[in-house]
Amino acid sequence: MATQDIIARSATTTPAPSIRQVEEVAKLIDVSKCIGCKACQVACSEWNELRDEVGSNHGTYDNPIDLTADSWTVMRFTEHEKDDGDLEWLIRKDGCMHCADPGCLKACPSPGAIVQYANGIVDFNQDKCIGCGYCVTGCPFNVPRISQDDKKAYKCTLCSDRVSVGMEPACVKTCPTSAIVFGSKDDMQRHADERIADLKSRGYEHAGLYDPDGVGGTHVMYVLHHADKPSLYAGLPDQPVISPMVSLWKGITKPLALLAMGAAVLGGFFHYVRVGPQRVEEEQDEPTVEPAAHQQDPAVQTYDPKQP
Amino acid sequence: MTNTWTDIGNADLVLVMGGNAAEAHPCGFRWVTEAKSENKARLIVVDPRFTRTASVADYYAPIRTGTDIAFLGGLINYLIDNDKIQHEYVRNYTDVSFIVSEGFSFEDGLFSGYDAEKRTYTDKSGWTYELGEDGYAKVDPTLQHPRCVFQLMKQHYSRYTPELASQICGTPVDRMLKIWEEIATCSTPGKTMTILYALGWTQHSIGAQIIRTAAMVQLLLGNVGMPGGGVNALRGHSNIQGLTDLGLLSNLLPGYLTLGLDAEQDYSTYIAKRSPKPLRPGQMSYWQNYGKFHVSLMKAWYGPAAQAENDWCFDYLPKLEYGGAGYDVLRMFDMMSRDEVNGYFCQGFNPLAALPDKNRVVKSLARLKWLVVMDPLQTETSEFWRNHDEFNDVDTASIQTEVFSLPTTCFAEEDGSLVNSTRWLQWHWKAADGPGESRPDIWIMSGLHTRLRELYRTEGGVFPEPILNLHWPYKVAHEPSAEELAKEFNGYAVTEVTDANGNLVARPGQQLGAFSQLKDDGSTASGCWIFCGSWTEQGNLMARRDNSDPYHMKQHQNWAFAWPANRRILYNRASADPQGKPWSERKKLVWWDANAKGWTGTDVPDYNASIDPEAGMNPFIMNPEGVARFFAVDKMAEGPFPEHYEPFETPIGVNPMHPKNRKVISSPAARVFDSVWESLGTADEFPYAGTTYRLTEHFHYWTKHCKLNAIAQPEQFVEIGEVLAREKGIAAGDRVRVSSKRGHIEAVAVVTKRIRPLQVNGQVVHQVGIPLHWGFTGVAKPGYIANTLVPYIGDGNTQTPESKSFLVNVEKV
Repeated sequence: MATQDIIARSATTTPAPSIRQVEEVAKLIDVSKCIGCKACQVACSEWNELRDEVGSNHGTYDNPIDLTADSWTVMRFTEHEKDDGDLEWLIRKDGCMHCADPGCLKACPSPGAIVQYANGIVDFNQDKCIGCGYCVTGCPFNVPRISQDDKKAYKCTLCSDRVSVGMEPACVKTCPTSAIVFGSKDDMQRHADERIADLKSRGYEHAGLYDPDGVGGTHVMYVLHHADKPSLYAGLPDQPVISPMVSLWKGITKPLALLAMGAAVLGGFFHYVRVGPQRVEEEQDEPTVEPAAHQQDPAVQTYDPKQP
Repeated sequence: MTNTWTDIGNADLVLVMGGNAAEAHPCGFRWVTEAKSENKARLIVVDPRFTRTASVADYYAPIRTGTDIAFLGGLINYLIDNDKIQHEYVRNYTDVSFIVSEGFSFEDGLFSGYDAEKRTYTDKSGWTYELGEDGYAKVDPTLQHPRCVFQLMKQHYSRYTPELASQICGTPVDRMLKIWEEIATCSTPGKTMTILYALGWTQHSIGAQIIRTAAMVQLLLGNVGMPGGGVNALRGHSNIQGLTDLGLLSNLLPGYLTLGLDAEQDYSTYIAKRSPKPLRPGQMSYWQNYGKFHVSLMKAWYGPAAQAENDWCFDYLPKLEYGGAGYDVLRMFDMMSRDEVNGYFCQGFNPLAALPDKNRVVKSLARLKWLVVMDPLQTETSEFWRNHDEFNDVDTASIQTEVFSLPTTCFAEEDGSLVNSTRWLQWHWKAADGPGESRPDIWIMSGLHTRLRELYRTEGGVFPEPILNLHWPYKVAHEPSAEELAKEFNGYAVTEVTDANGNLVARPGQQLGAFSQLKDDGSTASGCWIFCGSWTEQGNLMARRDNSDPYHMKQHQNWAFAWPANRRILYNRASADPQGKPWSERKKLVWWDANAKGWTGTDVPDYNASIDPEAGMNPFIMNPEGVARFFAVDKMAEGPFPEHYEPFETPIGVNPMHPKNRKVISSPAARVFDSVWESLGTADEFPYAGTTYRLTEHFHYWTKHCKLNAIAQPEQFVEIGEVLAREKGIAAGDRVRVSSKRGHIEAVAVVTKRIRPLQVNGQVVHQVGIPLHWGFTGVAKPGYIANTLVPYIGDGNTQTPESKSFLVNVEKV
């Protein structure tokens, strides 16, 4: 994908190019087909040449326990007991959702450190990253992570390098059950419809597609057995929105602050012009009594033309 | 597998039991996912734990480890009782009508002919059919005769009521019945269930019988030989099928031929015993050709030295002591412990980690004079002598074994073939050179052979002939190529080969095309008769990669080569009725084409392709009966009908099938070495039912040497149900100690809802899950060898260790 395909850059108001029309892509993760094998974790690490730490077991199957700068996707396992007593083991592949309205990009103060391509991929340009961590706060899904080594932010790239040459992402290629599929967003939505129909026929009344409006839709979508309760899946946000703090901070705060700064400058200028430079005034509260040479007779009245 | 991986996509119902298909075979599991999404199939999982396979299943039921015969026996009872069997199939293609000898009996958990002292059935003479004057087995097609197999089977399993089965398995009755009901729908012709199993069924002292029970279920339903049906073993290693095919078990020869026993010193008797005549008129009894396979093997091994005059070098072959079991691995290590073994070649094998009772194994290894480990990895076995703190607490100074580590190449660093679960021989090419000093196994073994041969030649020795006369025609003596070996396995003409009519089939040196061309007159050679057809004059069929599926039946005839004879689905004749018409158009496989006067279809017929259905030849051509057996005659150690026996370490201390007979609590026919009895624990000390298993992130003890796998599962853990954890004050992430009578391990506790307490025989049984992938070498966090906990007992037929059912105690550390 070339620079002509960038439709948004962090901390940049320059309008995006509009000549090239590019189809939006999407990765569809069908949680009902996922067997939690972590092949996607491994494929992602192999393609991107990442080697995380060998951690510890915290009492679950989640390894690593969380996303890191060296683990851009992790499986999250949730044991859910239904009302009828039956058990479900919900296994969700966590990672960047590639939002249409990316909170990370909005929050990022470094121009061009985060870009959004016309096909929907949201990518980090680490060479421009200042490691401030605003992207982590700005993300409704708590995805990006700052590396301890180079202090840059990292996350799933939706294999932008592979996609730009017409290949599918590494996780898609490796998934043994094709729980992860990739193609145009339209095709993925159509495929999701079929999957949802199948799930409904097997008794999952609330099966549905997770493509949340609150972030304008996403280019990583889930087919969920229980689309009415996304939070069941290890805290997947039910109604994700970009934190108002980001809108505030990158929104009204900046012009307000500029206004405040401008007003302060103007105020200062006018004060200088009207009131003059600051002078050190003599003390007014205690009259200084000069020695004998200038003793004034208190009976003599003096006239101050300034006094009303 | 009787069927194929891709054929699973044709199933209407998939039963995963005694295995965890999604966990252990994520890639093969794709076909289950396909069956669900393309064929609207349903998936049922029955397992002690709610596994990753269960997470994508339509229905799950728990079961106590080791009680599968009770579940499946109950199912047999249910199917017969509710008349949910495929009548025509069962009547025609199984032994239900055969009449059993009067000498057969079953009482109080024991069949006729038991010798309690020897713990064996020494007299199996009653386990046979009544024979007529003509030498054929007597049959009663009306199935009314009180001793016909159908009536005996019905009687045997009538004892497995749903209530009793539930009492033994701990599976709630309603869940059990729901599953049985759904399985019963697959008795309709054209609706098929496939059963996928693995070590959850094999690793028991009654493992082989568990699998037999499942086969019986499939026969009642008419699912054997049908697309989307069959009894399918998901093998535990990419080439383990190849290992058993080539006869690398101590009692086998290649192609499932068998070594002779010590008592079988006469060649013609040896051959005759293995070449049974048909037991019913018009049946093929294909093993009648045993002699041809055997002689061709001897010609491949001993070349010109094997002649009719010396019975084809029959005397060169070792004869087995200890009955048919020979020198299985449990026997070997027991012999080692008694100083009966000087040296051991450990090739691509990690017995310290893989065998039961690790502490016993260490002691055995320490008695060897020398040990050679041939492996790409630094295995625990190669380090058995080094103290690794609590993980391998040995006194190095007292171990006198000389250990040689020879690094070997891996499969990607060699040409060769792998044989997968579905009998496909798939050729692969070398992708890279091995690192450092690693050498191919073939190079190492051939170098040893040529050196030993030279020493015997120059210095003499005891009985050197089998080594001196080993046929070694390879271009480079110390490194035969994979191609040369593959061609030898296929087989070639030694002298001119002609067919029955005298027509020329092959010139000397030419590759043979099929095992039907093999002879017992020395004119043919074949290193493995079932591989015949894999490398013919046409070339290397194992290298084919054509995945076309012209019949849309997920049959890929031109992808690699399947043994036997490129048949993909075994017993496929059974997919058509006695007239040769498929039971179901939807599940066509092979059928009789009256015009062409031949059998045809989507697969190579597993049958005589030109014989008219009128002739009445039945589909199970390897059996002398011609039909499938519900009654296993004398083939099984425990008896002709599977019976539930408890694991040797049982949490309930009694066999609910025979509460009064203490002799039959556990298998009366399993081999137990004398020293093992005292190593067995009881429920008062070790109350919980432990079971070992794999995780998808690792392969055995290999992948802990690989950082990416270690990241995905870094540290040893055990799985404990929430109820037990609460009782013991254990929280997720705590460190716990799991101990058995044989030793202990320590690990992180994963506390889970996926293991629930079971109601078994009036008491609560907790199960504890113990994944096995850790050890003291590698880049993952070091851990204990899980098999420290497992008892040193194996299956009565195969000697596979009872790794899946034993007793443990759990405490917070």
